[in-house]
Amino acid sequence: MIRDITLGQYYRAESVIHSLDPRVKLSGTMIFLISLFINDNFIGYGVALAFLAFVIAMSKVPFKFMVKGMKAILFLLLFSAVLNLFLTPGEAWISIWKITITKEGAKTAAFMAIRLTFLVIGSSIMTLTTTPNNLTDGMEKGLGFLKVIHVPVHEISMMMSIALRFIPILLEETDKIMKAQMARGADFESGNLIKKVKSLVPLLIPLFISAFRRANDLATAMEARGYRGGDHRTKMKPLKYKKLDAMAYLVLFAYLGVIIGLKVVIK
Amino acid sequence: MPILVNHVTYKYNPDTAMEKTALDDVSLEIKEGEILAIIGHTGSGKSTLVQHLNGLMKATEGGVYFDGENIYSKDFSLKQLRSNVGLVFQYPEHQLFEADVFSDVCFGPRNMGLERKEVEMRAYTALKQVGIEDEYFYQSPFDLSGGQKRRVAIAGVLAMKPRFLVLDEPTAGLDPKGRDDIFEKIVQIREETNTGIVLVSHSMEDVANYADRIVVMDHGKIVYNDVPSNVFKNYKHLEEIGLSAPQISYAMHELKDAGLDINPDVYKVDDAVSQILEAFRK
Repeated sequence: MIRDITLGQYYRAESVIHSLDPRVKLSGTMIFLISLFINDNFIGYGVALAFLAFVIAMSKVPFKFMVKGMKAILFLLLFSAVLNLFLTPGEAWISIWKITITKEGAKTAAFMAIRLTFLVIGSSIMTLTTTPNNLTDGMEKGLGFLKVIHVPVHEISMMMSIALRFIPILLEETDKIMKAQMARGADFESGNLIKKVKSLVPLLIPLFISAFRRANDLATAMEARGYRGGDHRTKMKPLKYKKLDAMAYLVLFAYLGVIIGLKVVIK
Repeated sequence: MPILVNHVTYKYNPDTAMEKTALDDVSLEIKEGEILAIIGHTGSGKSTLVQHLNGLMKATEGGVYFDGENIYSKDFSLKQLRSNVGLVFQYPEHQLFEADVFSDVCFGPRNMGLERKEVEMRAYTALKQVGIEDEYFYQSPFDLSGGQKRRVAIAGVLAMKPRFLVLDEPTAGLDPKGRDDIFEKIVQIREETNTGIVLVSHSMEDVANYADRIVVMDHGKIVYNDVPSNVFKNYKHLEEIGLSAPQISYAMHELKDAGLDINPDVYKVDDAVSQILEAFRK
């Protein structure tokens, strides 16, 4: 159950997408997200779907893995779709008793659902095909220019990489503590909401304690090895753009062009 | 009544690139009142196996039977099974969460739906069984020493009065004193309550001293399932799969090869001493 959250988990495979420079994947994800929000017609989403399907096929990550990540946001998705469906003012479409569904509401709800779904799948492709280390390396280098205005880019990316690195560890830990408490008869599934929340206490307290302990140990280990952060650090594998990356950028901009073009044309 | 593991196979991440067979056609019977040790190299499937005993993991193939009942059948109560087969995980002190020792031990029996008086009786008995003195009862479990924390965590499982107690590496990371304390209590619990004990361990010395029967695992399969002397006879094969025999076994074999008239299959230090003395007296 808890392991079903794929966000932030790497899937090892040999594919074109895996071998791309992380900066390409980061900007690619950004471009995809932007395209989802500037687009406002179904043809555009068709194009986005085709693009997404193309990237998924190229990535060689089983589709099952990406859908698993969806379960986590299913509630959010339904919630926002339902709210949009009933609360958007406009031309009445279906009207039962006091509840009215407007045409605009239906459209917004559908768009919202599509956007959220694509958004999650799109960003899981990035995290599934990029190791956390690569990802934050890419972020550090890609956003390096912000150093000029005194943004601590290195520190932020180090925090990010530690956070990402700890997701699987903490998930495993959660799983273990859950099992241990279940072995003592704990029940995490039945009962009403208050009971369920209460049943989380035996899980959360050990989890927090272990997270603090790990953080402490890690900090000590880093200092013991002379970590001082920021400037003058060199990389074992410096990032360099290759031919493949240039081609990927071309594809990305072509895609963005099509989405913007569609928006202009259809209007 | 025994626990019966019948041709169990377990696969992690089935049908993905990361599929890994952790248990491969494992069959095993665990009787009440015996101390069974499961040994094996890291990743041999020991921990996976013990999680099948109380239904925390569900076998990909095969079945587990408790009192002759299939634990995977729909009307079988897993909750009840878990109070009958008490599982103590590795580093169990990491699962303590209550504000004081006593309430933490109460967690298990309370989940069984017992009356408050009975819950407290059981917690008290369990804490006494593992040798925690009254003065610690209302302290925070986080203020105790490593060995004490571990004993409190074991008491948390004991308080459910399980008929089988499964301990996954109960002495990992403890000093020799803490280790001896724990084993002493485990043996005592067996004597007093006829509880079946399953001990997962790395240490041949510990296993040799306490186990009635040894199950050796390698790559998810059971390699040996026999009394200690028969298992340690194969010390050369044990080494091949990343294990070893107790140190005294090696000494005895060397002595035998050097021409001393002794039985090289003893594996306890005391037995070895009397054997050697006897050989010299002859």
